[in-house]
Amino acid sequence: MLKSPVKIQELPPSQRIKGFSEVVLGYSEQQALEEASRCLQCKNPTCISGCPVGINIKKFIKQITQKDYAGAFFTIRETNNFPSICGRVCPAEYQCRKECVLTKKGSPFASAQAINIHFLERFVGDFGKQNNLNVPQDKEEKFSKLKVAVVGSGPAGLCCAGELARKGVKVDIFESLHKTGGVLRYGIPPFRLPWDILDFEINHLKKLGVNFITDFLVGKAKTIKELFSQGYSKIFLGLGAGVPSFLGIKGESLCNIYSVNEFLTRVNLMSAYKFPEFHTPVNIGQNVLIVGGGNTAMDAARVALRLQKINGLPLNTTVIYRRTEIEMPARRLEIEHARQEGIKFEFLVQPKEFIGDEKGFVKKLICLRSKLGEPDSSGRRRPVLIEGSEFQLDCDLCVIAVGLKANQILINATPELKTDKYSDVIVDSETMETSIKGVFAGGDIVGGEGTVIQAMGMAKQAARSILDNA
Amino acid sequence: MDKGDVRIVRLDILSPVIAAKAKAGQFVAIMADEKGERIPLTIVDSNAQKGIVSIIFQEVGFTTKILGQLKPHDKLYSLSGPLGHATEVSDYGKVILVGGGLGVAEIYPVAKAFKERGNNVTAVLGAKSKDLLILENELKQVSDQVYCLTDDGSYGERGFTTDKLKVLLKEGGYGLVYTVGPIPMMRKVSEITGSFGVRTIASLNALMVDATGMCGCCRVTVAGEVKFSCVDGPEFDAQKVDWDQLQTRNRMYLCSEQHICKLKNQA
Repeated sequence: MLKSPVKIQELPPSQRIKGFSEVVLGYSEQQALEEASRCLQCKNPTCISGCPVGINIKKFIKQITQKDYAGAFFTIRETNNFPSICGRVCPAEYQCRKECVLTKKGSPFASAQAINIHFLERFVGDFGKQNNLNVPQDKEEKFSKLKVAVVGSGPAGLCCAGELARKGVKVDIFESLHKTGGVLRYGIPPFRLPWDILDFEINHLKKLGVNFITDFLVGKAKTIKELFSQGYSKIFLGLGAGVPSFLGIKGESLCNIYSVNEFLTRVNLMSAYKFPEFHTPVNIGQNVLIVGGGNTAMDAARVALRLQKINGLPLNTTVIYRRTEIEMPARRLEIEHARQEGIKFEFLVQPKEFIGDEKGFVKKLICLRSKLGEPDSSGRRRPVLIEGSEFQLDCDLCVIAVGLKANQILINATPELKTDKYSDVIVDSETMETSIKGVFAGGDIVGGEGTVIQAMGMAKQAARSILDNA
Repeated sequence: MDKGDVRIVRLDILSPVIAAKAKAGQFVAIMADEKGERIPLTIVDSNAQKGIVSIIFQEVGFTTKILGQLKPHDKLYSLSGPLGHATEVSDYGKVILVGGGLGVAEIYPVAKAFKERGNNVTAVLGAKSKDLLILENELKQVSDQVYCLTDDGSYGERGFTTDKLKVLLKEGGYGLVYTVGPIPMMRKVSEITGSFGVRTIASLNALMVDATGMCGCCRVTVAGEVKFSCVDGPEFDAQKVDWDQLQTRNRMYLCSEQHICKLKNQA
């Protein structure tokens, strides 16, 4: 009989919410061995087809069972540059684990029985980090004169830079903010992705010779044309999707209504949770509402709850989502963690209007109930409003987490760069080259809001065509 | 300069990349130290040859007080720019620039740009008192007429910039009014110019975090549409700005500001 999945070690909820320490603690060696031994080592492993970069999952799990952790590390590194990061943030239940034979057919996401591939990947990635394992540099003379500018230091930019630097290409990464990492730094809270994991990967790139230039907004400080004339022969754009969407309803500009990016940037990038030691403030409320059902909504909810705890307020943070839990795009683990920590959920609820007080601060949110109708273009059932179902929720702080759009500054400054109707950059799907010769792109600036690993997959593809055409 | 309890500070910052690109109307995002806030400040002057950009601010809050403590050759933790759209400098014929308080510094580069373009520039400068009036001489160099107004009559004419604006507009012939200063002043300017039907641009001072279009902290409503000051502005059609909303949103962190300033004073 198949053994039960090995549970991952986690901080207890009561302790988690006191701060920003990492929640998932990982597998011990024993646990990793036990979980790896559950893998059926299928003759035709379906899990691999679920991985956006096609990690040889069967092989690396086999290597774990043989205690060849270094071997497992290099197996993953063949296709994935940042196993410690992906093992923490990949929505595995929609990818590899969903395709695992242990997932029930037709299930919208992985069954609990499916192998915990992401936790095993994390174990292997962290083993590599602890033992300073690195894919050896494979410099080729012909690349030594190549100089590439990478714009944006998020997942796509870091991955592309790493691929190129390993081959001996001279890479400069331009980052508009004062810190590197892009969404991995300003967006994902440290309780999900600790900064030391990110810094480790960034330091590794520095050791490979990658040069990071922060506080440099390409499009304003320099144009694409100027970068070329400065001696870069190729340019990679990993600009990301950082423009927040709003609901477009009445009262949305009242005080204490945040976009999810503002809320998370204040807390993560600017460390507002340590105010006044750090000087950037963030407000918190007694009745916090988070609108949305994705990972950023879960992040915002869990950040808000922690801020309530830190400020000695009663814990009262509610996620409102217009569909039901099944349709939520967030990772199941985040939903589970949020619930364990005390986040409340209101499903089939659509915001209609914010009401403020005399000082211009939000006080209430008027909502409508909805029911699920026919599936829409995303394949998920569309919420249909129920007439006359209006009701009010107390709300003195609200975070809107309903999607992010492509960053526009560089696009607006570069009319030759062709974009689609979503303002995403159009690329050749094989080469990742844009409408400008020698300019490549990948990550959310191309595909809209995707995952870290999808961004990395595109970045690798772009790096490959840069090298092939060198 | 020190004027009793008011300190107005000018920083000349070495940043060849920004200086090479900076145009009138643009700003920088600046952090004094690693724990600091990222705040936007208008570029008051830039010199591409020397690679210098200049900012002028009054020590009004916690962060500006820290910036005011900087000594020559100190390093800023972070500086990025030039951000925002540059002022659209075209031929308007006669232009009035209305600056109040620190806003006087911010109209200086715009006056210069309009003048270089061949416009006839009238600068109306306002301050509480003679001591607090800044850049009068600099503005005289780049304007055809300069009027100074002080609340207490200690210099120039007694009264408000908006009083003078009304008088000028009655004479007629102006193609554009440009204004920077306290929100109540900009709002009054837009009301007056609206009644005369003269196009008016205001440079807004919304709160920002990243200042590159990613957070929406600086959102303002202009002509019923939500705009981000940092990337869509900072200049907007003054007659279409929702001034109440801007004023309210700019007070969002008043409690935190008072708290951190109090702690600082106790320390």
